[in-house]
Amino acid sequence: MTVKTEAIGKEWPATTYEVGREKIREYATVVGLDNPVYFDREAAKAAGYRDVVAPPMFAVVYSSPAVGPAMFDPDVGMNFAAMVHGGQEFEWGEPACSGDEITTTAKCLDISEKDGKGFYIFETNAVNQNGDQVAKGTWTLIVRGV
Amino acid sequence: MADLNVGDAIPELRVTPDKYLPHRYAGASGDFNPIHIDPEFAKMVGLPNTILHGLYMMGLVARSATDVAGGDPKALKRLSVQFRGMGAPETEIVVSGTVKSVDGDTVVVDTVAAQGDNQTIRNAEAEIQP
Repeated sequence: MTVKTEAIGKEWPATTYEVGREKIREYATVVGLDNPVYFDREAAKAAGYRDVVAPPMFAVVYSSPAVGPAMFDPDVGMNFAAMVHGGQEFEWGEPACSGDEITTTAKCLDISEKDGKGFYIFETNAVNQNGDQVAKGTWTLIVRGV
Repeated sequence: MADLNVGDAIPELRVTPDKYLPHRYAGASGDFNPIHIDPEFAKMVGLPNTILHGLYMMGLVARSATDVAGGDPKALKRLSVQFRGMGAPETEIVVSGTVKSVDGDTVVVDTVAAQGDNQTIRNAEAEIQP
């Protein structure tokens, strides 16, 4: 079997995510972060943020909804039973704060095959309500036994 | 931050996620893949038990990187990781790193997350600007 490659370059409709204070607190607590800028509005403002600020890896929370439809697209044709997350990169721009509305688009950068494994690379681009780039993500998913 | 030099070790981060951490991370992140929360499902697909979310461990790597800049989230400009091993709950994770390069106010740290000999995240590269 070989991987399907016709989805390379395909883009999917944008998703939107409204960043909320409690969701930031929940995420920060799970990862063990204790900087008050993630919990307390006044502390965040004192540090120069508009409101409680999202930890960098909160990018996963607002970007994932854009990647889902790309992964499940029949044109991509991934076998989920044999899929593992191989690698991840984020580049951050403007911080995401509570109250922001983040719009994320997803694109398939590459699909290739090596040693019986399929490599699927997606890019997400997240911008806030002012059009500022918040986070660019590169998601590498590996499917064994293609 | 200013006194970091190439080859310097950054402070180690040690965390032992409890049995239910993957459930809480699933709730926080929205990733409810059953391999992380359902032992029966995990065993059915050939895993020894439920495994940690890779992105949770990447969250710990990001925490370690922002700690280098005093915990300021906007100091972390870029983070790239490779997931190379499965992480297990109830086992200590050690995040360690060394300074790879210093260019003006930009520091690049090379980081590993491991449970014993099992390196769950390798080649993690964090770009930090205080």
